[in-house]
Amino acid sequence: MVHFFDTVIIGSGLAGLRASIEASKHGTVAILTKLYPTRSHSTAAQGGIAAALGNEEPDSPEWHFYDTAKGSDFLGDQDAIGIMCDDAIRTVIELEHMGVPFSRTAEGRIAQRRFGGHTRDFGAAPVRRACYSADRTGHAILFALFEQSHRQEVKFFPEFHVLDIVVEDGRCSGVIALEIETGELHVFNARATLVASGGYGRVYATTSNAIASTGDCLGILFDAGIPLEDMEFFQFHPTGLYGLGILVTEGARGEGGILRNGRGERFMEAYAPTIKDLAPRDMVSRAIMTEIREGRGIGGRDFVHLDLTGVDRAIIAERLPEISTFCKIYMGLDPSESPIPVVPTAHYAMGGIPTDVDGRVLKDEKGAVCEGLFAAGECACVSVHGSNRLGCNSLLDTVVFGRRAGMAISDFLGKAERSEIKRDFPEKARAGICGLCAGAGDEQASSIRAEIRKIMMEECSVFRNEEGLKSLAVELKTLRERTGWIRIKDQGKVFNTEFLEAVELRNLLALSEVIALSALTRKESRGAHSREDFPKRDDRKWLKHTFAFKSEEGVKLRYKPVTITRFQPEERKY
Amino acid sequence: MKQYTFRIKRFDPEKDAAPRWEEFRVGMEPVERLLDGLTRIKDELDGSLTFRRSCAHGICGSCAMKINGRNRLACQTLVKDMPETIVFEPLPAFRVVKDLVVDMEGFFGKNEQVLPYLINDEPPPERERLQSSEDQHRILQSITCILCGCCTSSCPVYWADKDYLGPAGILKAARFIMDSRDTATAERLKTITGEQGIWRCHSIYNCVDVCPKEIDVTGHISRMKRLAIRKKLRS
Repeated sequence: MVHFFDTVIIGSGLAGLRASIEASKHGTVAILTKLYPTRSHSTAAQGGIAAALGNEEPDSPEWHFYDTAKGSDFLGDQDAIGIMCDDAIRTVIELEHMGVPFSRTAEGRIAQRRFGGHTRDFGAAPVRRACYSADRTGHAILFALFEQSHRQEVKFFPEFHVLDIVVEDGRCSGVIALEIETGELHVFNARATLVASGGYGRVYATTSNAIASTGDCLGILFDAGIPLEDMEFFQFHPTGLYGLGILVTEGARGEGGILRNGRGERFMEAYAPTIKDLAPRDMVSRAIMTEIREGRGIGGRDFVHLDLTGVDRAIIAERLPEISTFCKIYMGLDPSESPIPVVPTAHYAMGGIPTDVDGRVLKDEKGAVCEGLFAAGECACVSVHGSNRLGCNSLLDTVVFGRRAGMAISDFLGKAERSEIKRDFPEKARAGICGLCAGAGDEQASSIRAEIRKIMMEECSVFRNEEGLKSLAVELKTLRERTGWIRIKDQGKVFNTEFLEAVELRNLLALSEVIALSALTRKESRGAHSREDFPKRDDRKWLKHTFAFKSEEGVKLRYKPVTITRFQPEERKY
Repeated sequence: MKQYTFRIKRFDPEKDAAPRWEEFRVGMEPVERLLDGLTRIKDELDGSLTFRRSCAHGICGSCAMKINGRNRLACQTLVKDMPETIVFEPLPAFRVVKDLVVDMEGFFGKNEQVLPYLINDEPPPERERLQSSEDQHRILQSITCILCGCCTSSCPVYWADKDYLGPAGILKAARFIMDSRDTATAERLKTITGEQGIWRCHSIYNCVDVCPKEIDVTGHISRMKRLAIRKKLRS
């Protein structure tokens, strides 16, 4: 089936929905999602969205800017960070007007709480900057944006899996997608295409990310010649439920929760004397792993405790109901009574599809733009988060840059010509499906996927070193060879998720290769990229963004300078 | 590790004339979720087994299904709380697409009838609209709905008549009617007091019984009934 839309958006999380509200004012919009819109992983965001509203105590966008730049270990582009922090207050107020049911202060204003790395007076002490709806903030915003997007008559295509994004001669002309229920191929011709497909935490064995977070569109675009930026920076959230990886919001520490090791010590005092448990995530995750490695895990084992027993029961019930439920269901414990066993969990990709501050996708490190192609949200790299994102800045990023991409699309539509996808692209997609389904080997996609996730966890998570990364590259190569022998049992057309998982595996593998090489090459420690063999940050050599390109000889890396406008790099102490 | 029998109602529209039952033996740790068991079957025993899943911790609503006779989320049910034989069926009252996947279009379509978005035509203030904590608490339960479909597909009234708005649809209307910032109560009441609205609810409480987010859905419907009567008496 062939469709024509002015704008096609891939992904129905916060970024895609916010963009759709803008773009639908200037033309027809289709949103494609491989789930249902309200199932998007934005819904799992818990703790809050950052904005210096100052509802609970004095705050300023300037402090927010400083914290974000410092949190990024100075790899964030400060033109973009400035835009985001200056727009944060307007953004949150607008969300409230759209219907987001924020928790409230006694005066009826939006309630705010402390979060990691957010401070007053340039690092003096933690500040209440996270605007929240209990610990279901992502869910609350996702529903409000979905509802408003629906009101604007955006056309939704739920359970459509994107197989190709057509980029030809530096111009994107639309998308090829599979209707999951029927197995039918659809061609979406679009004057503008926005990729807002979310993250790819599923490259790791322990992750807070949804099963759907497989980075499909990044894999597709990388194949089509679009570079991927800063892929070595993957955030591990310090507090995932032990054994499961399910997120326990940083808001738990914002409300007074304390991390303790096997000796009962509040160990963050040693790592971040000023803001302790509310240090940025990269530092807290490293601290936890260090405690575990040095034998100070709980009972000498591989986890630590998040202790909420000192937090008022009423506050837990009011502000942290969801994680309390998780603890009860999955761990059989009441956080008011017993500490929660936690371990770092793969959480957020700082890297992604390079864009300018208006969501235009960059073709290279010099800033050339791919016409008609836009990206926003976790799949994109603007870059506001640099090498480490602060909590609550991701929801802000999705809404601020989702809206900006939507406005840039509206501008672009005014001058863009209608484009049409040539017939050989759907033919190629069809041939790809047949090829994958006809595989006659004896490999299962699921077992290759499990191995990728395991070795990425072992060699490329919180700590990395040359030896491990080199052996990772070799193992990934072997796994790539094995993908040639995948056999798919389900040969049907209707809702063939076995086939789709094999497609997702291809993308997971490509992204793992890029992450591994980018990490091996960056010989310094910065933010979430911590090299045991190069433990110091090296601004002279490495204050630059990695751009990975696909080439005949494999992945090639080039570099782009960081934009620094307001805050010069300094030693990162908390 | 303990062995469990997963007895699954299967249907492949391209092969089967009618649904059939199939059993799998799965080794499970007590703390594992039923979704982990289904995933193990798909990964290791039969790749064609089909079910929806995404977040795996009860917040996206994808893996709603009927398990041992009761609608629940497979990701929010631990195997240690189940007997040795566990029976999986697709959600009742919806058309089966394949195995445990049902057609949700009609379910989502119900929401569209109740103007499911905040309406306030007064020009917005420069800052947030003020809302007291008490007023925010009035919508605290209804905003946690994840649209998994457990409630509507467990409702006998819906089983008998697919045109009924259903508990999820009415709950969505209540979410906005009870929001102090919303000004479209009259329009929404008109929809939910129509032929397929609140008066068809017989307070059977199945929806409350199955809701994975523990929302008092019937209580919300009753509140809407009382509100509708009060408005009627006043006019």
